[in-house]
Amino acid sequence: MSEKANKTKKYDTVGYYPGCALEGSGNGYDVSTRAVAKELGLRLKDVQNWNCCGAMEVKNVDPKLQTYLSARVLSNAVHLDRMNVVMAPCNGCYHNLKKAEYDLKHDAQSREVVGELSRKAGHKAYEAGQAETIHALDWIKEAIGEEGLRERTKGKLAGLKVANYYGCMYVRPRHIFPEKDQGPGSESTSKPHFMDDLLAAAGAENVEFPLKTACCGGAHTLSDSDTSTRLVLNILQAAEAAGADVIATECPTCHTGLEMHQVRAEKRFGKKTSVKIMYFTQLLGLALGIGPRRLGIHTNISESMDLVIDKCLT
Amino acid sequence: MPASPTLTIPAPPPRHGPSDLRSLADIEARIDELAERPGDPGATVRELLALGEEVLEHWLFARGETPTREEREGFRLLALHRQGAKGEPSFNACRETCRELVYHHNLIMLEPSHPDRAKRTKLAAMIAKHLCLFVSGKMQVAGLGEFCCAAKPLRSGDDQR
Repeated sequence: MSEKANKTKKYDTVGYYPGCALEGSGNGYDVSTRAVAKELGLRLKDVQNWNCCGAMEVKNVDPKLQTYLSARVLSNAVHLDRMNVVMAPCNGCYHNLKKAEYDLKHDAQSREVVGELSRKAGHKAYEAGQAETIHALDWIKEAIGEEGLRERTKGKLAGLKVANYYGCMYVRPRHIFPEKDQGPGSESTSKPHFMDDLLAAAGAENVEFPLKTACCGGAHTLSDSDTSTRLVLNILQAAEAAGADVIATECPTCHTGLEMHQVRAEKRFGKKTSVKIMYFTQLLGLALGIGPRRLGIHTNISESMDLVIDKCLT
Repeated sequence: MPASPTLTIPAPPPRHGPSDLRSLADIEARIDELAERPGDPGATVRELLALGEEVLEHWLFARGETPTREEREGFRLLALHRQGAKGEPSFNACRETCRELVYHHNLIMLEPSHPDRAKRTKLAAMIAKHLCLFVSGKMQVAGLGEFCCAAKPLRSGDDQR
């Protein structure tokens, strides 16, 4: 069996780690991911009794504790659910699980701390290599692929101009993503393209968008909201200057930041932008003929229904 | 036959400290001006690249370093970014922004008659602005001393009081 066919089969059923954000502000991402999985015949098996990945906050207090928290999620997937692939749609979760994998492989002290904390918590310690962590983009790209999407969507997104925004955590730091930058077919850390590929396969026109991995100021949101608003405003204006109707996102933090600061930019600086913001799974869901409510589009802060109707996507 | 456009950017005179630089706010205002009223695209994008270098020099002076005069892949901007990210991995969040600015510079200089030249110049200004905003934010956070303000009391021991 070819490597491609192996991956297609391997990703047919994956451990699903939604993370905290998808149960809250990123709910539209969660429901659209599940709806798309069902439509495509892919199986998501929720990781039992999952916990926070440590996000950014725990890392600042104790990086080893964060490694443990992410390793516990992987341990549950492997030992409770018998899964060897864990799919994390949130960039923060994806990043932290990949970092835990890297630390456990390369750092003896991390292995020691994770072993000790796992023993105290009464579960088996996760060991590097027992599971593969993937993003929702890897999952659809490998399990269905562009050809599969082309057949199922019949170019439904034709006429929709999309700026694909990946944010900075999906590809950074490069060393924790050894599978990227491996030539044709693999994801690029400098110019990521998996989201572009999937949406193009569904008929969308991707615009040249130079800020696709630029910082959205997520870390400044509470400490210095004006900086975040100005960074986001620049991203929104650049997407409009590039000719986009909609910004496609693949991270709940980036998505919420773009939506929230779009509103704030108008209130605080009097700068209105009209580009829409939608999760890539919502756009793929529309392309697959799923209704907007089932994709949680009505729960987005950014009002997108007029665009959905204008482009005949419902 | 017209001479091919030069991609070499002459380095500015050496600057010895932040007082030799325009403020970040002034740089941002100049970028906005170039975005709104770009002149010749070639001259505009060269100025944007120089403004990007000046932004990175702010970051380096704030860290007590002397900005390099060297180039990387033919651009001082990339050498300055590399210098600024040493020991500060989070500064790599603007690595691709710097590379995009260089890429847009090259697009504009190498395809002078391209129909998208005006759009490319506008986008180049927005990329330069993003770099300026990002570094301004980093400077403020560096002043606070922590990436995340919530962790500052824990690290500084203020929560012991």
